[in-house]
Amino acid sequence: MDMPAQRALLLQADGVGCEFPRPSGEPQIVLQNIHFTLAAGEIVGLLGRSGCGKSTLLRIVTGLMRPTQGEILYRGRPVDAPTKGIAMVFQTFALFPWLTVLENVKAGLVAEQVPEREAARRAEEAIALIGLDGFENAYPRELSGGMRQRVGFARALVVGPEILVMDEPFSALDVLTGETLRSDLMDLWSEGKLGIRAILMVTHNIEEAVSLCDRILVMSPHPGHISAEIAVGLPHPRERLAPAFREIVEDIYARMTAGPAPQRNAKVAAGTATLTSWLPVISATRIVGLADTLGGAPFDGTAELSALVARLSLNVAGLFRVAEVARMLGFVEFHDATLRLTASGRALAAASIQDRSSVFAEHLLRSVPLAAFIRRVLEERPGHEAPRSRFLEELEDHLSPGEAEHTLTAVTNWGRYADIFSYDHRTRLFRL
Amino acid sequence: MPLVFVPGAGLVPGRFRPLAEALAAILVLAVCAAIALGSAGTFAPLASITGRPISLDPAWLPYYALRTVLRMLAAMAASLVFTFVYGTIAAKSRRAEPVLIPLLDILQSVPVLGYLSFTVVFFLSLFPGRVLGAELAAVFAIFTSQAWNMTFSFYQALRTVPHDLDEAASEFRFPAWQRFWRLEVPFAMPGLVWNMMMSMSGGWFFVVASEAIAVGSHSIALPGVGSYVAVAIEREDLRAVGWAILAMTVVIIAYDQLLFRPLVAWADMFRVEQAVRQSSHSWFLQLLRRSRLIHWLSLPVTGLLDWLLRARLLNPPPHPARPQSRILDMLWYGAVLAALLRAGFFLVRFAGSELQWSDVATTFRLGSYTLLRVIILIVLAALLWVPLGVMIGLRPRLAERVQPLAQFLAAFPANLLFPPAVFLILRWRLDPDIWLSPLMILGTQWYILFNVIAGATAFPTDLLEAASEFRFRGWQWWRQAVLPGIFPYFVTGAITASGGAWNASIVAETVSWGNRTLSAQGLGSYIARMTAMGDYPRIVLGVAVMSVFVVFFNRVLWRPLYAFGERHFRLD
Repeated sequence: MDMPAQRALLLQADGVGCEFPRPSGEPQIVLQNIHFTLAAGEIVGLLGRSGCGKSTLLRIVTGLMRPTQGEILYRGRPVDAPTKGIAMVFQTFALFPWLTVLENVKAGLVAEQVPEREAARRAEEAIALIGLDGFENAYPRELSGGMRQRVGFARALVVGPEILVMDEPFSALDVLTGETLRSDLMDLWSEGKLGIRAILMVTHNIEEAVSLCDRILVMSPHPGHISAEIAVGLPHPRERLAPAFREIVEDIYARMTAGPAPQRNAKVAAGTATLTSWLPVISATRIVGLADTLGGAPFDGTAELSALVARLSLNVAGLFRVAEVARMLGFVEFHDATLRLTASGRALAAASIQDRSSVFAEHLLRSVPLAAFIRRVLEERPGHEAPRSRFLEELEDHLSPGEAEHTLTAVTNWGRYADIFSYDHRTRLFRL
Repeated sequence: MPLVFVPGAGLVPGRFRPLAEALAAILVLAVCAAIALGSAGTFAPLASITGRPISLDPAWLPYYALRTVLRMLAAMAASLVFTFVYGTIAAKSRRAEPVLIPLLDILQSVPVLGYLSFTVVFFLSLFPGRVLGAELAAVFAIFTSQAWNMTFSFYQALRTVPHDLDEAASEFRFPAWQRFWRLEVPFAMPGLVWNMMMSMSGGWFFVVASEAIAVGSHSIALPGVGSYVAVAIEREDLRAVGWAILAMTVVIIAYDQLLFRPLVAWADMFRVEQAVRQSSHSWFLQLLRRSRLIHWLSLPVTGLLDWLLRARLLNPPPHPARPQSRILDMLWYGAVLAALLRAGFFLVRFAGSELQWSDVATTFRLGSYTLLRVIILIVLAALLWVPLGVMIGLRPRLAERVQPLAQFLAAFPANLLFPPAVFLILRWRLDPDIWLSPLMILGTQWYILFNVIAGATAFPTDLLEAASEFRFRGWQWWRQAVLPGIFPYFVTGAITASGGAWNASIVAETVSWGNRTLSAQGLGSYIARMTAMGDYPRIVLGVAVMSVFVVFFNRVLWRPLYAFGERHFRLD
């Protein structure tokens, strides 16, 4: 592979950062100090779990959002609004349901005031290229997911962009359909038929990133930043079972789990949650379920993450979310790309259904200060009850309203499972 | 109407069907002729209607019905324009929103016939000596019964455009004009069409009530079904009332089949849910879509609309967003505050010169009588229609047949049924304070019925099966299974029904038959009496107090109930 530096530089992120204001005054940092480049002929992947800011970064690249620090340069000029040379393919397709396939594809051209005759010709060409011939007058709802996303591709390609930006374009499709569309896309790309010069894609699927991209930028959350850059030097088409391919996949797995990210992200992952740190809504039964699966055959306490992904039919991001909470509670540990039950984790997995809640309660009170705090407040209050708003307001001083809501919902669920308090949804009261 | 989106506009319809083409041709010609004939009278001098009074000969009814329908259409067109302009400004302007939305809330609480009382003189003076002034007053009254909920629905839709479609429109750099017609209007369309239907259904009541206008010394009877009935009442002609009821029935059915079924079926394509769903069917829309004649006729229209969508003049290049100025904000809110104070000052002076506190006390006392009536009637209607609606809704085949009937009854102007009822009250010498009350809910109780039917139809089968599996019986079956499931639907229906009852009170609490007038004590009859006397300060007072009651009733009862239902009984 050529070094990107020798090729024409198309896009450059220069110290991009993004913050949202929060009521407590201290802003929530979504992205921090992002630098990368995109050169002609490259496919670059942004890989990361949900919540690491990769979709936000993509929206800044396309000009849908503006960064609060730094800038995106396209051909040396800052991008501060959607630009002609960059077109986007959406995760949810974002097709206008009331327009036919042809009208959807033409929409971008109509917006650019391209004369009708030319717009129709170009749209027909794009439709033919992407394999939608015969569907011109169908409405999106008549098409399968795979066909809809083809319309999404045709709509982006028809405006003649230099850079194609894709936001998890295959993640809403089933495995087989996604694979077909991916390989069709790669064929067109290698044959130079797409008319674009570079692709920037977001994904949370490691194998997808390794099979498509020339370079992978691994992103980590809190705040979102690029934690690793991996060049994939394999020739296309890439064989997923080839040892070289597996090696890269395993390497990325390891980096995403044990890399510097968890320590920096810290609070949740390293098991030192403070009273007001954000917690994800993961139900207690899923945490116990993870311990159960790990403790049973064939894993017997230790499992490769990739094996767990397959076994639990979760995506990597989903597994991480559950596993991180389990680690925070002290039930599992990460070792490179494997997940291992701790002694308490084994106890949890081995306990009877009735005992599980008390094992869970013990760890919950020890590792989640908010849970212990709610319990203590309830014990101290004369009627042993407290309104939800009491805790929500406290959290909102430190977290955004959405995060506070999440965090309290998560702890409510765990507390109920552990039976350390009860909560009445109608009266919005916590009770002992 | 944004016919740009006529489905398959570029397609030539299938094979040639002579019969269908002939039918389509006849319909098109008939519509053109009817509009020409009906609107001719609109621009005539006022003398033309005073010189030729309303005839009770049934042969005239088709013409009267035509005039009534055209008035309705004109009001709908005006409502649509208002909706697009007002709703868009409210949704897009940060400064206008906090003024326009509360204002809309107030506007929709004012009883519709209240507007009529004090706008007639204004419209008559706009076109002195012409029918047009009176027509405009009637159209305006109908407009006030239709526009507000349409505007609210449009505003809501603009605020909830799906994020990904919004981003796609930005990403492909749609100019504002194209964004409006290709994204925002289509997305709002299903809700808008539904609200148009509800508006229309309420509108028949007011079209009938607003044709024969008598405010103080001004007394005008516009040719229409409403005036026909007014004359029939004056002459105590029950047979003529029967003819009017028949004519109205035909009109409503034709409206439903030729306008609203096609519109609803057409609006189905604007639904955002991608799943293939059972879509509404309309034979008329099918006919239009398959007809080559209609296709040829529509080509220039779609061509023009397509040109308008792309026209350079309407699609200026987007300018960068300007920073928001604090100073302008303060000036703007200052101006709003000043205007409010000025209006308040004017009102106090206007009312203060004519009214005493005792007038206010009277209206509040009368208002509480009407409030009591509304509450009792809603409770009675609920006790009757909830069980029946559930029984019907749980039998899909029966529901299929009853539902159109309930919708028809809701649309039917109940004021046409007043004369027979009054006739009976007079004959049996019943107490008007009690027996006039049911008239208030005669027309609007059907909203409860068809909403409950809809709720019961949508009730999940698995829950019903679980209830019978665990042998829920009697009260437990109602309380734990069915009632919570239909509760949100019931509240929706009851809100519409109670709003309608308040509106109807103005014509229902005072009714006449020949030269005898029956009156119940209440705020509605108060407003009606003051209108007949042309006592403007007291009309304003009555209307204002009724608005206060409606707002109060909504805030204290309906909104909390609705929120409660949403919170606890949502089935998804």
